[in-house]
Amino acid sequence: MPHVTYIEHNGTEHRIELEEGLSVMRGAVDNGVPGIDADCGGECACATCHVYVEEPWLAKTGTPDEQEASMLSFAATAQPNSRLSCQITMSAALDGLVVRLPEAQH
Amino acid sequence: MSQDQPRIVIAGAGHAGGSAAAFLRQYGWKGGITLVGEEPDAPYQRPPLSKAWLKGEATAESLALRPARFYAQHRIELRLGTRVTALDRAARQVTLSDGAVLDYDRLILALGARPRTLPLPGSGLRGVLALRGTADADALQAALGPGRRLAVIGGGYIGLEVAASARALGAEVVVIEREARVLARVAGTVLSAFLEGQHRKHGVAILTGAQVAAIEGEAGAACAVRLQDGTRLPCDTVLIGIGAAPNIELAQEAGLDCAHGILVDLAARSSDPAISAIGDCTQRPLPLYGRSGRLESVPNAIEQAKQAAADICGRPPPPPEVPWFWSDQFDLRLQMAGLAFDAHETVLRGDPDGPGFAVFHLDAEDRVLAVEAVNAPADFMAGRMLVAKQARVPRALLRDPAQPLKDLAA
Ligand SMILES: Cc1cc2nc3c(=O)[nH]c(=O)nc-3n(C[C@H](O)[C@H](O)[C@H](O)COP(=O)(O)OP(=O)(O)OC[C@H]3O[C@@H](n4cnc5c(N)ncnc54)[C@H](O)[C@@H]3O)c2cc1C
Ligand code: FES
Repeated sequence: MPHVTYIEHNGTEHRIELEEGLSVMRGAVDNGVPGIDADCGGECACATCHVYVEEPWLAKTGTPDEQEASMLSFAATAQPNSRLSCQITMSAALDGLVVRLPEAQH
Repeated sequence: MSQDQPRIVIAGAGHAGGSAAAFLRQYGWKGGITLVGEEPDAPYQRPPLSKAWLKGEATAESLALRPARFYAQHRIELRLGTRVTALDRAARQVTLSDGAVLDYDRLILALGARPRTLPLPGSGLRGVLALRGTADADALQAALGPGRRLAVIGGGYIGLEVAASARALGAEVVVIEREARVLARVAGTVLSAFLEGQHRKHGVAILTGAQVAAIEGEAGAACAVRLQDGTRLPCDTVLIGIGAAPNIELAQEAGLDCAHGILVDLAARSSDPAISAIGDCTQRPLPLYGRSGRLESVPNAIEQAKQAAADICGRPPPPPEVPWFWSDQFDLRLQMAGLAFDAHETVLRGDPDGPGFAVFHLDAEDRVLAVEAVNAPADFMAGRMLVAKQARVPRALLRDPAQPLKDLAA
């Protein structure tokens, strides 16, 4: 199974196996990785699943759609490599993906 | 369970209770956690029940708050299909419907709310439904489809979402609202009028200012809704969507302070320091608005779950959040933040006939109290931050969609 590494703001790493087709948000929530609240359950409505995608993965995760980009443009700690993790779907091509979590989701 | 390990019992395995169990483990709680829930399912998300689930676009896995394995992995004992029937605060014990008695060191009440019932002739007929859980949603879904006729009593968010989903499934739908407009208690007039127009455009009949007299039946099944003015609305299913009543009886019987909900502070503590209460069953402080109130939303359930878990684990309380909510109807994404108590003025940003717009509610000092955004995620995000900041904003800027709100909100 492909895996994702989540790095908490304090540096703690979580290597999680994630079934293809599930979102990177779901991988964190389902395994108790702290720092992703996912209030809306993956509907791209809350921006509490914000992550920074580490290179070289950014391009492979695709580009945010308009809704996601709008939400991100107001996220408190947005950077050029910010994504909403509920909008990244796991695939074999993303095996090894590394994402960092912001200090807080608000 | 070893005797010297402190135990937390969570009564109610819904969104709040399930989240609290997860946060307790995240925050390092080492003792026992027992999650007692009346429903047969492990905690799941209710929002899709009136949206994707009803339309057949969600699965049990996607609905689940956490996968089944999560609970064993995190040593969270699930006692499902089991009701907490009594609470003895002096002995720190709860009694369960299966006769078991559990000791607790800390108790979290996460009892949720239940649909209000309508004391009407015919409300006990077959085909008269409410919507709170998966069983309700499945019954409703089975009653919807081409050629089926649904009457929704109550034009609140759940009623309107079901109406939209029922249209997508091909059913004929009428929404019957007692007030002069839909969402009268929870939205501003601009949004209400806009949504009424959208529903009508999609073929939903909306009757406002309409008083229901009775539900008529035929062979034990609902066949029409009769209004007080004599109008008869034929249907084969009736959804009663007139709001929810908090489950506070257990707390009341145990002598906890309750008003419209179980009274709690910003650490989610009830009037008994060993008992926290979270989610739809609580009446909580709303610090931005200088009052308390009951919020029925997932973000509130999660925020209070964090408050309780942080308090129990001795962590600093989480920063207060702006209340917010979302709803999906047809191709509309609604996002609301803040509460429009004592709003003085509304400012419209964008055009309701255009691709998206937002309504800002301001107080007398031009501070943003609330925002209602329709297909306008950036305005929602900006509004949420402006509510949190409680800063005065220039109305002209809010009103002009060409002016970005980014700098204001920063
Ligand atoms: C159809 C629908 C659509 C919604 N859509 C949205 C939305 O789009 N956005 C949003 O933010 N919110 C939405 N909500 C509201 C949201 O689902 C609730 O605010 C949230 O579920 C509250 O969580 P809770 O844990 O407090 O209550 P619940 O999730 O209701 O959980 C309470 C649980 O406690 C159980 N229980 C009660 N009494 C006992 C007892 N004595 N012993 C044991 N167990 C007991 C109940 O059976 C229930 O399982 C929606 C709700 C519904 C019904
Ligand atoms: S989970 Fe809400 S935006 Fe991703």
